[in-house]
Amino acid sequence: MKLITAIVKPFKLDAVKDALNTHGIAGMTVSEVSGMGQQKGHTEVYRGAEYTVNLIPKVRIELLVNDEEVDAVLDVIVKAASTGSIGDGKVWTTPVEQVVRVRTGEKGSQAI
Amino acid sequence: MALMTETVLNSGDTAWMLASTALVLLMTPGLAFFYGGMVRTKSVLNMMMMSFITIGIVSILWVIYGFELAFGYKADSPWYGNISFSGLGGMVDEFTNNGGIYPIPVLVFAAFQLMFAIITPALISGAIADRAKFVSWAVFVAIWSTIVYFPVAHWVFAFGNKVGDTVTGTGFLAGKGLEDFAGGTAVHINAGAAGLALAIVLGKRVGWRKESMRPHSLPLVLLGSGLLWFGWFGFNAGSALAANGIAGLVLMNTQVAAAAGVLGWLFVERVRNGHATSLGAASGAISGLVAITPACAFVAPWAAVVIGLFAGIFCALAVSLKYRFGFDDSLDVVGVHLVAGVWGSLAIGLFGTQAVNSIGVNGLLYGGGTRLLIMQAWGVGIVAAYSFVVTLILGFAIEKTIGFRVDLDKEIEGIDLNEHAESAYELSSSSRGGSF
Repeated sequence: MKLITAIVKPFKLDAVKDALNTHGIAGMTVSEVSGMGQQKGHTEVYRGAEYTVNLIPKVRIELLVNDEEVDAVLDVIVKAASTGSIGDGKVWTTPVEQVVRVRTGEKGSQAI
Repeated sequence: MALMTETVLNSGDTAWMLASTALVLLMTPGLAFFYGGMVRTKSVLNMMMMSFITIGIVSILWVIYGFELAFGYKADSPWYGNISFSGLGGMVDEFTNNGGIYPIPVLVFAAFQLMFAIITPALISGAIADRAKFVSWAVFVAIWSTIVYFPVAHWVFAFGNKVGDTVTGTGFLAGKGLEDFAGGTAVHINAGAAGLALAIVLGKRVGWRKESMRPHSLPLVLLGSGLLWFGWFGFNAGSALAANGIAGLVLMNTQVAAAAGVLGWLFVERVRNGHATSLGAASGAISGLVAITPACAFVAPWAAVVIGLFAGIFCALAVSLKYRFGFDDSLDVVGVHLVAGVWGSLAIGLFGTQAVNSIGVNGLLYGGGTRLLIMQAWGVGIVAAYSFVVTLILGFAIEKTIGFRVDLDKEIEGIDLNEHAESAYELSSSSRGGSF
């Protein structure tokens, strides 16, 4: 089992969600986050005073998948989230030891 | 004051003054939005409350003694009106007498002038955003109104009690011939100079010039500037004290000066920073409105455009000066109200013309020479100096006795939470928990 974490541009959330749904994945957790990377920040001006804003809003999508599905799901996410410009984000995987479904108590692959 | 039996009440004038009074009242909540949007989420309520408590305090003082101190004439003094705690109960049947009899009830005039007395101290609050003890601010408003606004209103706005051909108790600047139709000196320069003094007394906010102090809600700022603009028609055109041709001239001048102020400010921003900002548009409108306030009844509409345009340009350039001089006039009370107030007051000396108003004086461009310009500069200097010095002394007196600035940790945590036990916004669902 793997945890896939994807950081994408906020306006790409719907595209990624729809692509995952089409691929047969119905469960995920989405949170609004901010971060910094190659995109750098931008400058805002208020009454002549310039502020550098270097934390940029992003969306974090987290989902659990079985090992054999990982590569296919990564492809789906990358394809849906890509615009080709700097700031498209990153996707990574983390090994997961155990998963329990709260309602039924099912464990492991059964719980995904 | 003239008894109502001698003159016939003019219902048209009275209706306009009733409406104008309500318009000017709305400016102070409008100011609360204008200022509130410019501060951070942790201090928006305190910012708005500084305006609302001012409405509360000044209204009560005005009825007890404020109106008499500013516009009573029994003392026959150029410096103050009348020291009386009558509560205005004896004036119900009287007309307004201010250098002549106006066929409107004096209580309507008193209510109209009250709204000016409210917004002037409220304007000052922008200079000390995020860091003033609420109780100290309330004490400041009460004392400042009594020793600064009420007397200065008498100097500038009190044209005397006219009985037959004798006029008594004219304010000293009004008597000298200072032209300030709706409050360039008494309201805006007065508030601007006081704002500078208080910014010096309270010092800089924690993190000034180090951390981001971006406006938390520009839509609120734009809403506030719109309400101010709307109310300003009452502020300026109501100052005619009649529904007549002068009020019409003033209304048009007010509109075009505000419009030109928007363009002037945005022009500077576009050239200097590359973008025309919404905060710039809101600020430009206010700059134009401030500048036309003293001049609105004395200049032609084309001159109002010039005055508004340069107000926008001058203020857009002036707001950066605080960084050079190192004082934290948080929301630019100096850069907008003092600068535009001075410009508008001096501009009468350039563009003033008797062609639009027979009680006016010709300025430099109309062959009147420099006499009016010098008079205006003198009046500006006196009001600014008096306001600055008295406010500085009062501010330090409050700081040394009950303290004016909140504790450091409370300022960092947020003044809303510590002074008012409230927070303006529910920013995330996880902050929703709690119990009684």
